[in-house]
Amino acid sequence: MHKLASLLFALGLAFLLMGLAAQLPLGATPMGIGADILQRTPSEIGSANIVTAVVLAYRGIDTLGELTILFAAATTAGMVLSPAGGAAVRKAREDAGLVLRAGSDLLFPLLLMVGFYIVLHGHLTPGGGFQGGVVLAAAFFVSFLARAEKQPSHSCLSLIEAVAGAAFIGIGLAALLGGGAFLQPLLETGSVGALISAGSLPLLYLAVGLKVGAELASLLAHLAE
Amino acid sequence: MTLNPPDLITILAAGSVGLIAIGTIGLAVSRHLLRLVLALGLAEAGANLLLVLAGYRWDAVAPILTGAAPAGAMVDPIPQALVLTSIVIGVGVQALAVALMIRIKAAYGTLDIRELKVLLERDICAEAGIVPPSSIHRPNYQPPPGTALPARVASTGESA
Repeated sequence: MHKLASLLFALGLAFLLMGLAAQLPLGATPMGIGADILQRTPSEIGSANIVTAVVLAYRGIDTLGELTILFAAATTAGMVLSPAGGAAVRKAREDAGLVLRAGSDLLFPLLLMVGFYIVLHGHLTPGGGFQGGVVLAAAFFVSFLARAEKQPSHSCLSLIEAVAGAAFIGIGLAALLGGGAFLQPLLETGSVGALISAGSLPLLYLAVGLKVGAELASLLAHLAE
Repeated sequence: MTLNPPDLITILAAGSVGLIAIGTIGLAVSRHLLRLVLALGLAEAGANLLLVLAGYRWDAVAPILTGAAPAGAMVDPIPQALVLTSIVIGVGVQALAVALMIRIKAAYGTLDIRELKVLLERDICAEAGIVPPSSIHRPNYQPPPGTALPARVASTGESA
């Protein structure tokens, strides 16, 4: 009976959503803002990836809120999972098998390179700080899984996270001091498509990438312990 | 049979609504906490797909400027940026939920929400020093005799 009722509820919800979706002008841009941003970005921001321009320049303060939510989630998960006494009782772990150990040694530099590539090219190609940060966290987590003696240093990770977060806000405040709005892009826009272009956007994305990488690495380490 | 672009968009919209519906069914039906989180993730994927679809145009390219001559129309970049935010927040929520689940499993030894409800009510009443609420209409749920509810594991760091 309960299952039947929930099935009926979900089917009704799907019917409602389908009815709404049929009314939507799918396939046509519903708002003019998108087209406007597409037109202005090359001259105003100078980043080839327009999604990056929206995330960091036009909606920069939303991204700061997003980072805050991620920070709160990672901190709370660490608080929930850390032992109550404060003394970290770590289970003795054994080294993983040969395949994982050799694979992690092989993958670590490649993952680092790919992660930083994705972070630093966030204003040119698909990707950016969030995506690259996850790859960076994976690079450290694989070696953590493979070797027993490699313990992540939580204080070091929080230091990286704090410095990156402070850098993000500092760049925003620098724009404020310069007479602009908070998180308004600074520096020269440069030529669209060059690695050093789009003003302060690559710096912001570097801060985002380091922060997300450190947060996720400490989160995964907490979950694994 | 070839698909016209409007048909394609209809199929994508139906797929995203279907994902939301499957996630909703999972949320309503499943009794295991991990399955609840997975169902939430499924519904979230459907919602994200629907959002991206709002800015999709079948005759447009991705919103990335290339060195070549300006291509034709580009899709709306705003829904894509919003979905990026939504995905990141979803990851945070799921990580927090999994962390809480680990603690629940350590404390109660089960992740079944019906068993957890009985155990939590018992513990809350014991902590608050009140008799468990009861009435003649109270559903008389008793766990089957073979599977006695596990006693609460002594939690680390007693508040002695």
